[in-house]
Amino acid sequence: MRAYLPEYEAVSARTLVEALTLLAQGAGGLDGPAQPPGRRWQPIAGGTDLMVLFSAGKLPAGRYLDIWGIEELRGITVAPSHIDLGALSTFTQVRQHPLLACEFSSLTQAAIESGAIAIQNRGTLGGNIANASPAADSPPALLCYDAELELVSLRGARWVPYAEFHTGYKQMQRASDELIVRIRLPRLSAVERERQVHYYRKVGTRKAQAISKVCFAGSFVRDGERLSRVRIALGSVAPIPLRCPRTEAVLEGAVPTSAVIAAAQEVLGSEIAPIDDIRSTQDYRRTVAQNLLFDFLAQAALH
Amino acid sequence: MGAITLKVNGKQVTVDAAPRTLLVELLREPLQLTGTHVGCDTSQCGSCTVLVDGRSIKACTMLAVEAAGTEVTTIEGLAQGGRLHPMQEAFQSCHGLQCGFCTPGMILSAVDCLKQNPTADERDVREWLEGNICRCTGYHNIVKAVLSCRDRMAQSKEG
Repeated sequence: MRAYLPEYEAVSARTLVEALTLLAQGAGGLDGPAQPPGRRWQPIAGGTDLMVLFSAGKLPAGRYLDIWGIEELRGITVAPSHIDLGALSTFTQVRQHPLLACEFSSLTQAAIESGAIAIQNRGTLGGNIANASPAADSPPALLCYDAELELVSLRGARWVPYAEFHTGYKQMQRASDELIVRIRLPRLSAVERERQVHYYRKVGTRKAQAISKVCFAGSFVRDGERLSRVRIALGSVAPIPLRCPRTEAVLEGAVPTSAVIAAAQEVLGSEIAPIDDIRSTQDYRRTVAQNLLFDFLAQAALH
Repeated sequence: MGAITLKVNGKQVTVDAAPRTLLVELLREPLQLTGTHVGCDTSQCGSCTVLVDGRSIKACTMLAVEAAGTEVTTIEGLAQGGRLHPMQEAFQSCHGLQCGFCTPGMILSAVDCLKQNPTADERDVREWLEGNICRCTGYHNIVKAVLSCRDRMAQSKEG
């Protein structure tokens, strides 16, 4: 069923200040009371998630603030210690960036496997985060790389570790007057990069154009026989994109023997909280997550 | 209602449209460019694919206001001076269509594909067209058409 269209409003902001001002008005941050949720402006960028709901008649009626044209939210910049991605970086821009492919290859892979080309041309990294789907494909990669988010409102700017950003199903640390403006990925030293192993695997019904049943991103830095700087994050196995510190702790500093791998699989099985839904079952998801952990750690032997 | 100005197939147009109007509705209704089709309404099938500033996008899930100030190319804008675009000719000569419903989106995706990667091989083309679904031909002739267009364009560049 199509949405009842007259209930929707949409305006385009051209500058960050213009967008933040509208968001602040809705939140009651400027003169005037806070608006009820339906009268607050909801940011929309490429619209690849929201507009699907819209066409299905499932997007809540209200006011949508198009931020696609805000140049300040674009661009990928490289510094010696980190790389910054504007929130409006599209999946196309992410997948084509040579330095990301080299140092953050799981993010590149996530961009390649998200939707089709025409979706990648519109879908943005900031939107993928703010839409807060636990099945999104870029968040596990971002969690693996210790991403940080810059949130800005008229009240000021603040940085939030991405691992703390999602607080519950579709709940996040973004106030209604804030926009995600930048995603920062800290770069490892050249020596660490040389010894870093990246792993990214999306499991869905089909190879292409399918929402994940399980999405797994992992990385570690080899330290002789041992694993260091172990990062494990999964999608579609919990109400939020989930980093798995307990599983990481089993592996950190360890030699990945069969006993260690089995122990890590056991912990992972209890750290995730998959459910039965239209795409899969909790049993399947748990088994696949544990198998992917094995596959990831098998890379230690290969490198 | 509000005025939305954009360039469609080389011509500047200003359309009065409600803010909630989808790009595909703007093209098909006030502008009467019905070559852009709506298949699934949910960004999956790709039959509504058009080029916005030269890149393929799905027009069924983009608001028209987001296209203000851009340059849009639809299937109607590909032929130049009464001559079909090489991709259209290739689809014709390779029988890259049956019912034709997916064809406009398929062709615009394919045009973007060769523009981004003029030496795309079969695998590249198949991967690129993942977002365009055809229920009739099974893709074989579609891929053949894109590859034949690639070869022809390479030849005409050399010549």
